[in-house]
Amino acid sequence: MNLTALTAHELHDMLKARKVSCREVTQAVLERISAVDGQVRAYVTVTADQALESARAVDERIARGEGIGPLAGIPVAIKDNMCTRGTLTTCSSRILHNFVPPYDATVVEWLAKAGTVMVGKTNLDEFAMGSSTENSGFFTTRNPWDLTRVPGGSSGGAAAAASADEAIVALGSDTGGSIRQPASFCGVVGLKPTYGRVSRYGLVAFASSLDQIGPITKDVADTAQVLQAIAGKDPLDSTSVDVPVPNYLASLRNDVRGLKIGVPKEFFAQGVQPEIAESVWKSIELLKSLGADYKEISMPIMEYTLPTYYILAPAEASSNLARYDGVRYGLRTKHSPDVITMLMRTRDEGFGAEVKQRIMIGTYALSAGYYDAYYLKAQKVRTLVRQAYDEAFKEFDVLISPTSPTVAFGIGERVDDPFQMKLADVCTIPVNLAGIPAISLTCGFHDGLPIGMQIMGKPFDEETILRVAYAFEQNTDYHNRKPAL
Amino acid sequence: MAEYEPVIGIEVHAELLTESKMFCDCSADFGGAPNSRTCPVCLGLPGSLPVANKKAVEYVIRTALALNCEITEHSIFHRKNYFYPDLPKNYQISQYDNPIGRNGWIDITVDGETKRIGIRRVHLEEDTGKLIHAGGDESLIDYNRSGVPLMEIVSEADIRSADEAREYLIRLRAILTYLGVNDGKMEEGSLRAEPNISLRPKGTEKFGTKTELKNLNSFRAVYRGLDYEIERQSRVLEEGGKIVQDTRRWDDVRGVTASMRSKEFEQEYRYFPDPDLVPMHFAREFVEEQRRALPELPETKKERFIRDYGLPPYDAEILTNTRAFADFCEETIKAFNEPKTVSNWMMGDFTRMLNAAGIEVTESKVKPADLAGMLRMMSEGTISGKIAKSVFEEMFETGKSPEEIVRAKGLTQITSEADLYPIVDQVIAENPRIVQDFLGGKEKSFGFLVGQVMKYTQGRASPEVVNRLLRERLAASAE
Repeated sequence: MNLTALTAHELHDMLKARKVSCREVTQAVLERISAVDGQVRAYVTVTADQALESARAVDERIARGEGIGPLAGIPVAIKDNMCTRGTLTTCSSRILHNFVPPYDATVVEWLAKAGTVMVGKTNLDEFAMGSSTENSGFFTTRNPWDLTRVPGGSSGGAAAAASADEAIVALGSDTGGSIRQPASFCGVVGLKPTYGRVSRYGLVAFASSLDQIGPITKDVADTAQVLQAIAGKDPLDSTSVDVPVPNYLASLRNDVRGLKIGVPKEFFAQGVQPEIAESVWKSIELLKSLGADYKEISMPIMEYTLPTYYILAPAEASSNLARYDGVRYGLRTKHSPDVITMLMRTRDEGFGAEVKQRIMIGTYALSAGYYDAYYLKAQKVRTLVRQAYDEAFKEFDVLISPTSPTVAFGIGERVDDPFQMKLADVCTIPVNLAGIPAISLTCGFHDGLPIGMQIMGKPFDEETILRVAYAFEQNTDYHNRKPAL
Repeated sequence: MAEYEPVIGIEVHAELLTESKMFCDCSADFGGAPNSRTCPVCLGLPGSLPVANKKAVEYVIRTALALNCEITEHSIFHRKNYFYPDLPKNYQISQYDNPIGRNGWIDITVDGETKRIGIRRVHLEEDTGKLIHAGGDESLIDYNRSGVPLMEIVSEADIRSADEAREYLIRLRAILTYLGVNDGKMEEGSLRAEPNISLRPKGTEKFGTKTELKNLNSFRAVYRGLDYEIERQSRVLEEGGKIVQDTRRWDDVRGVTASMRSKEFEQEYRYFPDPDLVPMHFAREFVEEQRRALPELPETKKERFIRDYGLPPYDAEILTNTRAFADFCEETIKAFNEPKTVSNWMMGDFTRMLNAAGIEVTESKVKPADLAGMLRMMSEGTISGKIAKSVFEEMFETGKSPEEIVRAKGLTQITSEADLYPIVDQVIAENPRIVQDFLGGKEKSFGFLVGQVMKYTQGRASPEVVNRLLRERLAASAE
């Protein structure tokens, strides 16, 4: 039996029935990594010894007859921008190439408490800035469906690992689409929870008001299970919200009768491949056939979301990334006559081009004389985006759109065309600006590459989008297809 | 030649006496081995997040209320962005256009005149770490102070002399120590004053170019620094020169200010709201609750000392400058109800000894009950005023009770006539010339004779009794 191809809930049943040990599962995943990661390159760091150690602890619990939770013994991959105590956390940046945090991110701690087995840290665009992992300071991850194509980004490593069975579940982070877009490119499920649903403590900040951690898994049930483990108020994160965490597994019902779907036409406009639009529309029709109802709507403010995002995210990033100066940790330049030169050279050597560009844009947007014209105006547009969603959710339970305008593009294809690159996030960015939850799952294939559908929900109503995604999954078999590796 | 008027505003930074730091659980106590009081948050490690210290916010609200400020209903933290190795995130979490308190005031009295000094704003921020130059081309950083809650109090430019500046700071420190939000130690840097000063021709409105003073580690340094700067600036202006806008460091040993850096160009701090922290809302009821929790403040206590103890305003003001001193005074008065006598000793010998030892009243070994006990022995005539001084000195040194000292040394006063007659007679017999001088009308000689009796009794003789007996015997010998 191919253990690595299974989902967390399937493995849980086997572990509980003692049909397989946690050690065997972990070993299988580690062997799979050895076998295919040379091609996929999903991982920056593989933590084999530590994984086998954690697996042993779970096996002992099972042997003692102790009950185990639904994620106990499940191999998980963590995007390399979440702090892991004693394990390298690089953000795929040269400036943090040697950074070993003395503490765990809250999600890492909570997953460990749930008994998961961390198998490694996955590649990303440097500091999560990008849509392809081509901005990684180390290497580019490849799409398991076509190794000449990108896996999407920035959580490209995490999505590729889940897709290539190099992990059972993975954690990504999403600032403008960084969970959903790679999930869509790699044919897996990715959820960006409501802003404040999951603690950001220990997530290396890119844009603090937009960043959110979420699951990347092989099916919707696993997404619900991982969300269950990481959701909740964390006293260490002031922006995490004290809203009761529901039982997400209860939302896994094959029932969309009476569901009201809004379809904002702006999300089907700019640069959306016709095959993708067609595939998403067919999926909406399928949901209708299952008892849902839909209506096409217009959200004109969406035209301004991309420029708004590219003011706010860099502005916050320019401040968040100021701490990488070579003084306390990470890279320090070898030659420096004085502290200012040391600082400047370290940052010059440590950051890649995309990161530098965003720091410069953000610094400019916050400068006296430009603040009102850029940062403040962008904040106002952000309020309008939020209001547009509030308005839409008065009438609809969910909104549906493509996740990305295209399927996975070729490696190197867009590196010289930053605007095309950024268009990859045009459907996902509005969700971060509004702080609402959204899930991406596979709704078709084009040229053998997965197409992602995005289901957006009301704030703190992850239950409904999980239910719609689950019902869709139950009535289709896209999630059962595997890349040939 | 024009006469110049100084225009002074003061920015004060006060470290708050909270148990933990502003945005993490680390101890905010002074000291500790370098970097022992740090965590991912105050070291600014990647991924760490701040959580605001509620106590610190309450302290700032109370201070702002005590300074007669308006309390904002909504407040937020901003990031102040600048690169410096003692600032671990390379931004400081501070407040910008929405400080917790604004538009307050303090009344000060200089030369008997009361004047109101405006308070522009009171806000909350975090302190930085400390750079230590290790010699050679190496520097070390201690982040123990990094993230300690710091309150900034900015006055209006209402101050017109070094005297007023000192008085403003004395009153401000009194309020902070009464509230228990700051320890008032300028020498240790937990209370720092940075005045800015400019001159303008008297009678004109327009402000001149200002300079900012740093490294003023005592009230005296504030006074001297400003006095020097007033002199320096007027000299420059009189010679037809121009004041350069700069930050100047006060050198307490040489008694001069020297330019540290030019401030001709506005620093670009790129302030923006910190997205890691949530906006604060202060409900009216919460603010009123804080107002009710305010202790008796120096101004009120001063009035009460005048009213209830009949003390002169001058005494009342000085006695109430710190809460500890006022409390000590009041407890002593409770045990010995002669307020003016208590006041004289507190302001006189006691203050002199505290200053000489460089300690605060709370650190002194003398207890209010013991000071009261000594004053009672004096008023009852058990010891003389002169003996009292030496007894008090020993109390101050050893912490022993006055009764114990007096008993051990046999210092009780000799009031018995039977004991003193023989000594008076002996002194008269030994000094016939002096006695003649006195009888010849030289009143001064009398003092010498009293002194001789005191010498024989090691100062224990009651001056009153000696006076009476001497005059009686001398009158008798004249007949």
